[in-house]
Amino acid sequence: MHPLLNRRSYLGAYFAVWVPLSALLVFLIKVSGGVGTLEAVVLLVPMAVLYAGACLSTWYVCRATPLKSSGILRVAATHLFEALFLSFVWMQIGRFYARGLSNFPMFAGLEARYNRNAATLMIGGVLLYLVNVGFFYVLIAIEASRVAEARVLETSILARDAELKALKAQVNPHFLFNSLNSISALTSVDPAKAREMCILLAEFLRMTLGLGEKSSIPLAEELSLLHRFLAIEKVRFGSRLQMTEEIQGNCMTALIPPLLLQPLVENAVTHGIANLPEGGSIRLTAQSNNGRLSIVVENTFDPEGTPSRRNGMGLENVRRRLESRYAQEAHMRVTADQGKFQVSLSLPAEIREEAR
Amino acid sequence: MTAESQRPVGALIVDDEDLARHVLRELLQSHPEIRILAECANGFEAVKAVAEHKPDLVFLDIQMPKLTGFDVLELIETDIAVVFVTAYDQYAMRAFEVHAVDYLLKPIGRERFEEALGRARKRLGEKKPPALELAAAARPPQQFLERMVVRDGTRVTLIPVAKLDYVEAQDDYVALASQGKKHLKQQTIASVQAGLDPERFVRIHRSYIVNFERVVRIEPYGKDSRLAILADGTRLPVSRTGYARLKFLLDDRS
Repeated sequence: MHPLLNRRSYLGAYFAVWVPLSALLVFLIKVSGGVGTLEAVVLLVPMAVLYAGACLSTWYVCRATPLKSSGILRVAATHLFEALFLSFVWMQIGRFYARGLSNFPMFAGLEARYNRNAATLMIGGVLLYLVNVGFFYVLIAIEASRVAEARVLETSILARDAELKALKAQVNPHFLFNSLNSISALTSVDPAKAREMCILLAEFLRMTLGLGEKSSIPLAEELSLLHRFLAIEKVRFGSRLQMTEEIQGNCMTALIPPLLLQPLVENAVTHGIANLPEGGSIRLTAQSNNGRLSIVVENTFDPEGTPSRRNGMGLENVRRRLESRYAQEAHMRVTADQGKFQVSLSLPAEIREEAR
Repeated sequence: MTAESQRPVGALIVDDEDLARHVLRELLQSHPEIRILAECANGFEAVKAVAEHKPDLVFLDIQMPKLTGFDVLELIETDIAVVFVTAYDQYAMRAFEVHAVDYLLKPIGRERFEEALGRARKRLGEKKPPALELAAAARPPQQFLERMVVRDGTRVTLIPVAKLDYVEAQDDYVALASQGKKHLKQQTIASVQAGLDPERFVRIHRSYIVNFERVVRIEPYGKDSRLAILADGTRLPVSRTGYARLKFLLDDRS
């Protein structure tokens, strides 16, 4: 579809550009001789409007001969032929119009004066055509880049959505197999504990699956997931895993994206505690001040351990999720100092209205 | 049962998780001919226990703090039968299959355990595949060593590769120079080189690999050869091809 006919503001702009062009035409004819100002205006303004309308059709010619793929010869030949043809037809129509006008006493003899200037008019027509073609090529380029931009944006949104879905759904297979191994050991040592752990694992998996569907959950819900996760890991690591928690009461109803903290706590266990022969501790704090929620996950780690064993993909995932959800409104800071690894999150404290 | 299978076997269980050790202990209960000599909760203990108890068979967990199962394998005698134990590690599993090393996946089933045990006993005393090749195969692609392990008696030292200045070949050994000390390890210089990031470590000579960041300048030395001067003043010979490699890396960086 023709973009100018599609959008009124574009069409207005197009004809507005033709105003100075037609003024230029009037000036040209006046200077080249013999035609009065009034005559020139009455003759040329309707002609300019007509030509502007006719030139709209060159859009399709431009579309059919794209600059990139058509080759310079073809582009030049096509437009030169089109320009001469259109300009000639236009000039002929103008002649009939001038003849008509000559019948009025006021414009007597106009046809003869018109014929004297016909060549100038035709050259003017060709030039106008070329200006117009240039304008259309620019328009086509703008349109193409806009479409490309929209497509890029669209694919990046699709990719991000898919990615976020994948991030939410992941349960570390290592965790699963190790838990099953613990359960298998407990069945003979402590059957009651084995059953308890089966139930914890089932609850953890069920919550993970359920929470992935939601866009945000109260902090309290995420915490209850974390408690199950840590209870399971505690069976594996025994006294090597210590846990402390300081959660301000007013944070419990604050909304966060589901499974935001789980990868952080899992990191703390697998890259922190699991690498310490004597074990260590994880500290989780949350407080809310001035409409902002800050959450800190801190754990002891082995400073001599190799970096790749400390930083998993988990951190990057959390960062990306925060970014896509809150843009500049959320911050994440990671520090590793003197055997303490700390991830601090700061995000807008959203409270679900109906929950209050 | 044949007389061979009745021969007493000394075994070691290495896993950082109490419950995981328990499973193995329980599975071994029906094999009175297998004596559990010691249980170890980490790699250091394992290296020490191997030296003390001289076991025939080791059940070795892979993911452990400080020293992994692969590190332990590198540091113990080659004639000990090893059965690896892991929960989930796609690269490790593939490496085991390629090198025909026995492994058990957690949770461990009785049948699979018996199978691995039978196979291990048949192989008692045989040389196992080179630990370094196995460890290299178990590394995810495009990943290089981040640290190296060396043993002096029962003492184990970890050397992060960032602190490795250069490697020198000495007969069957290599000397790893780090922070003014040299650590000897039974390994070929070629296999050390294979584990190191070629963007950071350059083989400058038949007998030398240098940490590129330590080189402060290169001086001509005799016909066709040069000397690399390191930050601490050490002078290492650079061969003609070694110089070409150094130059290539220099041009690449600038």
